[in-house]
Amino acid sequence: MKFTLGWLKEHLETDASLQEITDKLTAIGLELEGVENPADALRPFKVAKVLSAGPHPNADKLQLLSVNDGSDKPWQVVCGAPNARAGMIGVFGPPGTYIPGSDFTLKPAKIRDVESFGMMCSARELELGEDHDGIMDLPADAPVGTSFADYIGADDPVIDISVTPNRQDCMGVRGIARDLAAAGIGKLKALNDVYAPAGGAEPLEGEGAAPDVRTDDPAGCPAFYAQSVSGVTNGTSPDWMQRRLKAVGQKPISTLVDITNFVMIDLGRPLHVYDRAKLAGPLVARKAKPGEEVLALNGKTYVLDETLTVIADDQSVHDIGGIMGGEHSGASESTRDVLIECAYFDPEHIARTGQKLMLTSDARQRFERGVDPEFLDHGLAIATRLVLAHCGGKASAVTRAGHPPMDARTVKYDPAFCAALGGMDVKHDTQCAILERLGFIVADDWTITIPTWRRDIIGTADIVEEVVRIIGLDAIKSVPLPRAAGVAKPTASAAQRQERKVRRMAASRGLNEAVNWSFISEKEAAPFNGGDWVLANPISEDLKVMRPSLLPGLLSAAKRNVDRGADSIRLFEVGRRYFRAPDGTSDERATLGILLAGNARSRDWQSGKAQDFSPYDVKAEVLALLEAAGAPVAKLMDFGEAGAHYHPGQSGTLRLGPKKILAAYGTLHPSTARAFGFKKAPVMAAEIYLDAIPEKRANGHMREAYAPPPLQAVTRDFAFLVDEKVAAGDLLRTIKGADKKHLVDARLFDMFAGEGVPEGQKSIAVEVTLQPLDKSFTDDDLKAISDAVVKAAAKQGAELRG
Amino acid sequence: MSELEALRAKYLPQIEAAGDLEGLDALRVAALGKQGEISALLKTLGKMTPEQRQSEGPKINGLREDVAAAIAARKDALEAAALNAKLAGEALDLTLPPTESPLGSVHPVAQVMDELAEIFADLGFSVATGPEIEDGWHNFTALNMPESHPARAMHDTFYFPDANAAGEEMLLRTHTSPVQIRTMMEVAKRTGRVGEPIHIIAPGRTYRSDSDATHTPMFHQVEGLVIDRNIHMGHLKWTLETFVRAFFERDDIVLRLRPSYFPFTEPSAEVDVGFSVENGKRVIGGDPLSENGGWMEILGSGMVNRRVIEHCGLDPDVWQGFAFGCGIDRLAMLKYGMDDLRAFFDGDLRWIRHYGFGALDVPTLSGGVGA
Repeated sequence: MKFTLGWLKEHLETDASLQEITDKLTAIGLELEGVENPADALRPFKVAKVLSAGPHPNADKLQLLSVNDGSDKPWQVVCGAPNARAGMIGVFGPPGTYIPGSDFTLKPAKIRDVESFGMMCSARELELGEDHDGIMDLPADAPVGTSFADYIGADDPVIDISVTPNRQDCMGVRGIARDLAAAGIGKLKALNDVYAPAGGAEPLEGEGAAPDVRTDDPAGCPAFYAQSVSGVTNGTSPDWMQRRLKAVGQKPISTLVDITNFVMIDLGRPLHVYDRAKLAGPLVARKAKPGEEVLALNGKTYVLDETLTVIADDQSVHDIGGIMGGEHSGASESTRDVLIECAYFDPEHIARTGQKLMLTSDARQRFERGVDPEFLDHGLAIATRLVLAHCGGKASAVTRAGHPPMDARTVKYDPAFCAALGGMDVKHDTQCAILERLGFIVADDWTITIPTWRRDIIGTADIVEEVVRIIGLDAIKSVPLPRAAGVAKPTASAAQRQERKVRRMAASRGLNEAVNWSFISEKEAAPFNGGDWVLANPISEDLKVMRPSLLPGLLSAAKRNVDRGADSIRLFEVGRRYFRAPDGTSDERATLGILLAGNARSRDWQSGKAQDFSPYDVKAEVLALLEAAGAPVAKLMDFGEAGAHYHPGQSGTLRLGPKKILAAYGTLHPSTARAFGFKKAPVMAAEIYLDAIPEKRANGHMREAYAPPPLQAVTRDFAFLVDEKVAAGDLLRTIKGADKKHLVDARLFDMFAGEGVPEGQKSIAVEVTLQPLDKSFTDDDLKAISDAVVKAAAKQGAELRG
Repeated sequence: MSELEALRAKYLPQIEAAGDLEGLDALRVAALGKQGEISALLKTLGKMTPEQRQSEGPKINGLREDVAAAIAARKDALEAAALNAKLAGEALDLTLPPTESPLGSVHPVAQVMDELAEIFADLGFSVATGPEIEDGWHNFTALNMPESHPARAMHDTFYFPDANAAGEEMLLRTHTSPVQIRTMMEVAKRTGRVGEPIHIIAPGRTYRSDSDATHTPMFHQVEGLVIDRNIHMGHLKWTLETFVRAFFERDDIVLRLRPSYFPFTEPSAEVDVGFSVENGKRVIGGDPLSENGGWMEILGSGMVNRRVIEHCGLDPDVWQGFAFGCGIDRLAMLKYGMDDLRAFFDGDLRWIRHYGFGALDVPTLSGGVGA
């Protein structure tokens, strides 16, 4: 919301400085966005007279001017404007002046071999308008040598504030003035005094038939007030009005239109004017008919439906109710009889209509927040009086169709609540005075009547807010939060502690944490069976599907690193995968993703060649992180079926029971890798499904009792021949089961095939660790255990090598 | 010269001169071996008279001991020399680079989340979570933003085409505030609407359809919620001051509360933090009114609107409290000096290694939350 200091002072009697005012605006919740004085840019420009104008020796379209800007000697200026002529008065920028409309600084220059100092400016070059056909042509009595800024009275700072959606009353200059006055910055002038030049603000009953308007849609348009003025002349609005409108970014159009815009910004009261000559029959607020169309003032045609409120006559729609008028019946130069509409549109209807048509306007912004329902008569009267004052004509009687929702609203308040909620102990009479300055009526029993323009005030907390914001939140004293009694308890949940542990374990193992987008493209999701959640309004096609896997994001990040020349990439991410639950809600699963690409080891002087990553590298990470996550790693079983995006022969899953998958890992399928731009070296990937890891049962601080065994463990080596298809893990698990009492570990330390090993078989060497319990092993004991190991291995078809 | 003296003069210089262990051993055999000269002398002791033995015994034994000691000393010297010669041949160029172990790192967003959890744990807050794919009721309606509410349209929300089974529109949460709702509802349900004090923070991913140098469509927020009896804005102010000062590890940080509007709080305040310029760099803290100092907005806050408390099934005449929300990425940028938000989500290893944190840089109160 923009306004000027001068405009504000029309409503506010104050000696406060600009700085005091802008500081106070922010302090009371009308946050300052910026202050700009258009005069600052115009100050170096002078009102100047063209003393002579002659042809340029080397160019037909250029003239050579001699310009007097009040300084001792005239400037020689080369000028291309067709309207430049001797005797004219214009605006001159001497050398060194910054030209705001062209964004450059004037320097003395030679133009076609003739020196030129400074420039006579067009309106566009000064950002005062669009006109660039010629230089500005000022009236003959403009005082040569004065600052142009002073001459046009531009020295009026423009203040821009951001108005929160609850404060419709501050979408008008008067509301801002009222807030400032309540906060001690001056005194709010009476509305009648503000509009004294137009004859005040009191309702005005004219003569002659009141306009024929009504509302057939009391839900969308509860009240439709109107008044006609006949015999108007719709020329250009007065300078002061144009200047104010321009200063706040409104383009002056014609007196009638400018009046509606001025009243809207001055009082937050949107209006609309119709050319009565273009209307056929009564003007009615009603629901649109399906398929009805209207060409709006923004030049676009809107197709309407039966949920939208419009203003229409017998023939067509003339206004998208409360948002934008129609082109056809708008006021123009030829308008003689005008109908002024001052209506109340329901905020929720306006919001829905605006969203549906994707149409915003200054009027919508105000109606949507809820305009003052009690101000229809005054708003209409002020508009009519301004029309009479600036366009002439005669006013009709007023039609008041429908009823604005004007029930007096009260709230029962306890002034002690200000301290209890706001943390600020404010004297009761101070609270009362603040509220009254804001327009509240405070009864002796603290029943407070809410001003009609404060739709946002509902309960006692709102009253507290009014008091504390006007005093200033700086006055709130910090009070320590009461501490919970007793010893501090851990505040993180088990899942949170698990996440922290795996994150830091991953980092300690040399993995780098990335944070990737939760959404990926459909193409990226495709190798992962697509996603359950696809955005209806993605910001781009690349960020459209909620990821079903962390791998696409990691792959894309890895590829970007490859493209930047990284040779070894170890990335991980801790985040969620997104699935849809049967009831249509979200099923989000905590997951840790790993990606290894490029070199496992760079080439170096020891090994010579760089080494690729292997699936064992990623499995090592998975096992370490599962351990950190608290998974029962010793109980996990190796399975296949890691998914189609993995290499079918170089991937696996780790499961707790056949159904419960805790992790999938392996070499990425070459076609998946290729889809993400990896062409040569294998890419390793893994996902650990953190949410699937069973929570460890909490049993206090006590550990299970343990004492290291007094006797030394012994080891025995076995070499087996086994079918090449037998999985080493299966053989080891079987061997470990051979003697549950003494056999504490079985470790594979050698495996080979080929020479010395029969075709179709492999040799596997296993070191078995045996722990004696209360007495050392005898030879017989060891023989019995060895036999059990060999017997167990035989279940996998393994034969002890001779 | 006696025979003893002659043997001493014969062996000791030879032992001293022995050049290797074989030569030395030959000398040992010649002198002290079974057939050795000194051994032979020792054998003569048996045939002597006691008187003779008394005088000759110590002399002969003395000779034997001296020769044995000389051999042992020479043996040590020769062995040491041999070891030194061997080690000299084993010298390595230790300026060669050792095998590199990869260096891992923790992302600044995760680090800051841990810092926040630590700071707020000290104030008795636990960490709450909620879904990122939310329904319109939790994200908006319960937070006092009914369907036509203008603030709802201002949220740049990402939507999904299908409603859930309850008929609620599904969307990506635009803020972490729905976790407030879920937490209060859970308490209301568990306590049979009686209620109990709540102190939580809720950090997590949030989404808005917005993208430029300071906005990304995905970002991180932390929500704070305190519900108790007799909580007022003074507690809010203290909590925010304590949090911001602990986070930036400075006592001289001042906050400025500005009245604002959020549908879910009343009164509402935006909070600016004072900054100043030290050594040519803008830092949080110091005097905001000093030259080049100023205020920057860092969070939104307010007293929880009683309608929100009602929506969650708690009695707003018993329970009141405050809530606040703050951008985590922005906190990280202000504390650690990154200037481009988009880099947070790019995964550039160079950036990650530069701005990331070591695995063991765990923020703790005793060690400092600014790792």
